[in-house]
Amino acid sequence: MSESSRENALRLTLLRRSDLWEKAAARIRRLAGKRTEDAADATAMADDYRMLAHDVAKVRRLLPDSRAREYLEATYAQSHASLHRPAWHPGYALLNLFRDDLPAVMRWLRPHVFWATALFILTIVAGYWMVHTYPDLIALFASPELIATVERGQLWTEGLLNVVPSSVLSLQILTNNIVVSLFAYCAGFLFGLGTVYVLGLNGLMLGAVFAFTGQHGLDDDLFRFVVAHGCVEISVMCLSGAAGAAVGEALIRPGTATRAESFQRAALESGKLILVCVFLLVGSGLIEGYISPNPAFSLRARLAIGVSYWLFMLALLNGWLFGLRRVRSGASA
Amino acid sequence: MDRTSDLAVDSVTGVDVTLPVAGPGARSFAFLIDWTIRTVLSAAWYVVAALLYNGSWSLEAPLAPTANWFVFVVAPPAAIYFLYHPAWEVTTRGLTPGKRTAGLQIVSSTGGAPSVGSLLTRNVFRLVDSFPVAYALGLVTTMLTRNSVRIGDLAAGTLLVYTRNDATLAHLSGRQLDARTAEVLSELLQRWSALDDTARRKIAATILPDAATATDEELRAQLESLTRGTR
Repeated sequence: MSESSRENALRLTLLRRSDLWEKAAARIRRLAGKRTEDAADATAMADDYRMLAHDVAKVRRLLPDSRAREYLEATYAQSHASLHRPAWHPGYALLNLFRDDLPAVMRWLRPHVFWATALFILTIVAGYWMVHTYPDLIALFASPELIATVERGQLWTEGLLNVVPSSVLSLQILTNNIVVSLFAYCAGFLFGLGTVYVLGLNGLMLGAVFAFTGQHGLDDDLFRFVVAHGCVEISVMCLSGAAGAAVGEALIRPGTATRAESFQRAALESGKLILVCVFLLVGSGLIEGYISPNPAFSLRARLAIGVSYWLFMLALLNGWLFGLRRVRSGASA
Repeated sequence: MDRTSDLAVDSVTGVDVTLPVAGPGARSFAFLIDWTIRTVLSAAWYVVAALLYNGSWSLEAPLAPTANWFVFVVAPPAAIYFLYHPAWEVTTRGLTPGKRTAGLQIVSSTGGAPSVGSLLTRNVFRLVDSFPVAYALGLVTTMLTRNSVRIGDLAAGTLLVYTRNDATLAHLSGRQLDARTAEVLSELLQRWSALDDTARRKIAATILPDAATATDEELRAQLESLTRGTR
């Protein structure tokens, strides 16, 4: 038997297995994306996978530019994806996120949180000093309408609920805050410079506005407005900045991994924190829409709400709400 | 096919899985379909809701908008437009109508279904990819990177591959044919109605020696008998 006729016989033998391939493909389509508890199905799929791998290896050598190869490669890829699809348990995934992943991310991000907070505080002080020393500089940070309102001796937040309903106000505020938070995180892609810009700008604005309202005797009123929602909102700003800084640092100092791998790891890990920040900002937005502009709430009540929500945030981020300590003590026992 | 490269994924069988990576063209095509769908849906919701809210042929916002205006007229179209991609991708584990139409799917760098975290991360980074306008940065990045990925994909460790769900097999039972001829024959018969007479004869002549003199029906009958192994 010549070499060419041997090869041809092998090709024909291979192609005559097409019925098996089609049965395997049909089984994969039937089971794709579904849960099955049928052991026979699972065994058949594993057998199909081995059979397809065997035939793919052969078809790559015997029929490299054929439709049979294209079909087999596609079926093999689908089989691989189906077999290696991880189990999807949303409840467990969420518990895992809040109990284990988030505290781990927080421990990893601790230095970033420290430096982002330091930068934010520094820019608040800088903004305060600038406007306190040169009052005209407020025009850099606040709109003419806001300046005019404060110069009339009123806070722009007074009578806010007469103009905009609480629900709308909450929606507008939380959307804006979430966008700023996400932007602070994503801007870390610019080697951290974008994050520094977002943090710095927000810190300068906050300091400048406090200095400006202080000059008109309204700083107590502003504090009264801010305290209920601001504790968490400002903390989330620092956390988002920390996440962005981690992304930036991963690009600047990738360590032993490649820059792309380091960037990916930092983005995915700090992304978990950002997800929780988004939920925290929804709560802040609701407080800012319903409680902060409502004069019926006393300063004491506002302080209680602000501090309680901040403690809740702290407990959430450290996994205390979901039994981290219990798991740890159980593990050590 | 707009293909830049193949992603080779290691497998326990020792035979790697190859996934054809989609290039900027296919990605843009899928994006345009999705963009059209979400724009039309958002606009349609706004128009219908605004007309119902105003109770007249006016789409303008009221001078003093109430909570209902925002909750029923403004928020849903905004949600449809901005949450379209994350919602579809998370619920279908990497597919949107546009990607399905273009024959694409998001996979992780190991070839499997991406995690929810990866899908959310790649969508958050749209903020960066959309800079400065019309996803210019994302498009340029897909042109420059090895696997044609945008920054969001780099962050999430995902990429877009062709699903190849339309791959079909040449059916042959002909015992007298070699494998390559059988493939040509099967393809010719599948595409018979789409080919013109000249093309049919040209391809048939590579299989049948008397293709030039046979009529159209005779030619097809001869080819079909060949696939059945009766000729």
